[in-house]
Amino acid sequence: MNIPPELIHISIALAAIAAFIGLNGLVLVYLERKVAGFIQRRPGPYEVGPWGLLQPVADAVKLVGKQLVRPKVADPWLYWAAPLLSFTPIFLLFLVIPFGPTLTGMEFNYGLLLILAFTGLNVLALCLAGWSSANKYSLLGAARSVAQSIAYEIPLLLAVLAIAFQFGTLNLTEMVHQQGQWPWQWNIMFQPLAFVIYFLCAIAETNRAPFDLPEAESELTAGFHTEYSGMAFGLFFLAEYAYIIVVSCVAVVLFLGGWQGPGAPGFWWFLLKVYALILVIIWIRWTYPRVRFDQLLNINWKWLLPLALVNLLLTLIFVKI
Amino acid sequence: MAQEDIDLIKAVTTQDPPLVKVELVNNFFDICRSMSLWPMTFGLACCAIEMMAVGMARFDIARYGAEVFRPSPRQCDLMIVAGTVSKKMAPCLVQLYEQMPAPRYVMALGNCAISGGPFYFEDQYGIVEGVDRLVPVDVYVPGCPPRPEGLLEGLFKIQEKMTGRRWWPMPKQGEAV
Repeated sequence: MNIPPELIHISIALAAIAAFIGLNGLVLVYLERKVAGFIQRRPGPYEVGPWGLLQPVADAVKLVGKQLVRPKVADPWLYWAAPLLSFTPIFLLFLVIPFGPTLTGMEFNYGLLLILAFTGLNVLALCLAGWSSANKYSLLGAARSVAQSIAYEIPLLLAVLAIAFQFGTLNLTEMVHQQGQWPWQWNIMFQPLAFVIYFLCAIAETNRAPFDLPEAESELTAGFHTEYSGMAFGLFFLAEYAYIIVVSCVAVVLFLGGWQGPGAPGFWWFLLKVYALILVIIWIRWTYPRVRFDQLLNINWKWLLPLALVNLLLTLIFVKI
Repeated sequence: MAQEDIDLIKAVTTQDPPLVKVELVNNFFDICRSMSLWPMTFGLACCAIEMMAVGMARFDIARYGAEVFRPSPRQCDLMIVAGTVSKKMAPCLVQLYEQMPAPRYVMALGNCAISGGPFYFEDQYGIVEGVDRLVPVDVYVPGCPPRPEGLLEGLFKIQEKMTGRRWWPMPKQGEAV
């Protein structure tokens, strides 16, 4: 038997990623509800375990123990495939993210491209979920999700393209190496506009408030996952949180210097920055009301897209000079 | 006036038998379920205002992990019937109950949901006299409307019913939970 070391490396990385995703799901559920509580001057989950720390565990076990319901008219194969399709690509996304100088699942020259390509699969999953549920709210939610994701992918890609031109590489580890230790050496100092565009698009891509129109409960019951119960709904939930982590990780790598930090560079800086970004995303969610759908598309086509093009042009001029 | 309403259709309550029948596992599941009872975003009348108050800063049902008001009945565990059930609304209520997946609980909040309340009089024709004529009710919370503390106490009673013990200390006279 001759097992290539690459394979062992990737297997260990995948197992670690699975643990990381599960743990992060629990942490983020707790964080989200606690932050929501503090923003609204409530204590949030408090009595289940010390300071409510066991709350996400209780939620997870309850979701596992819940009955799984499939509507009679729903398409059985597509209906059950959708949550899996939403969840499985996440492992690939985490594989190329450089958590530390050597802490990467797979050194890959086209890491950024891989992440951008596979995040697109989520839209397909949401579309399938909405279509196969045979429910008008699900279908409307799916249609909104597709329109929104495709619209916001364009300025996101243009913003990321500018960064790729600037660094001259698609390798995420290499990008971090080109940024310095101190905050003024991070890329956000040279590309503030790209960061703002990327951040807005990332919130919209992950269907977070104020852009959570695919699951707007005042109009669409629960959007694309209206018909999903128990762990099928739990998988969508977990996938949403994992995508939030992925977009935050990419933002940290592209703009905030990755694992670089004052003093001792290492994965602790990376995690610190990622969780700071996630906290900002949660903060935005509980602060701003939901936008209307025409406003949502107007923000994209009238502001973000032209700004992203201008940013790309300026970057190209500076790179050429 | 206890005449039977022939035009009311009761909810179907048949359930699949549980997959796992080990007592320890079931107890564990029951505790976890009781600690994360997600209610439905479903208010019928003025008691719904108290239901909203219980989610706000002063009473904060989130402390017990039950603030996740889900809009879709597929993701709910607890149906708080907050208010008067009219006969026009009865089929919708039954449908919502039937759409909830298996471990599901019903709380009748306020006198209207318990028995018709102030609408219980001779020759009334539009009100369902008690939501237990439609769906099986786990806990009745009296009041017109009940105070938010009453709703919290109802939640504790459901938790007690599910797990067999009371989890939180009894409140002293005149003290908030």
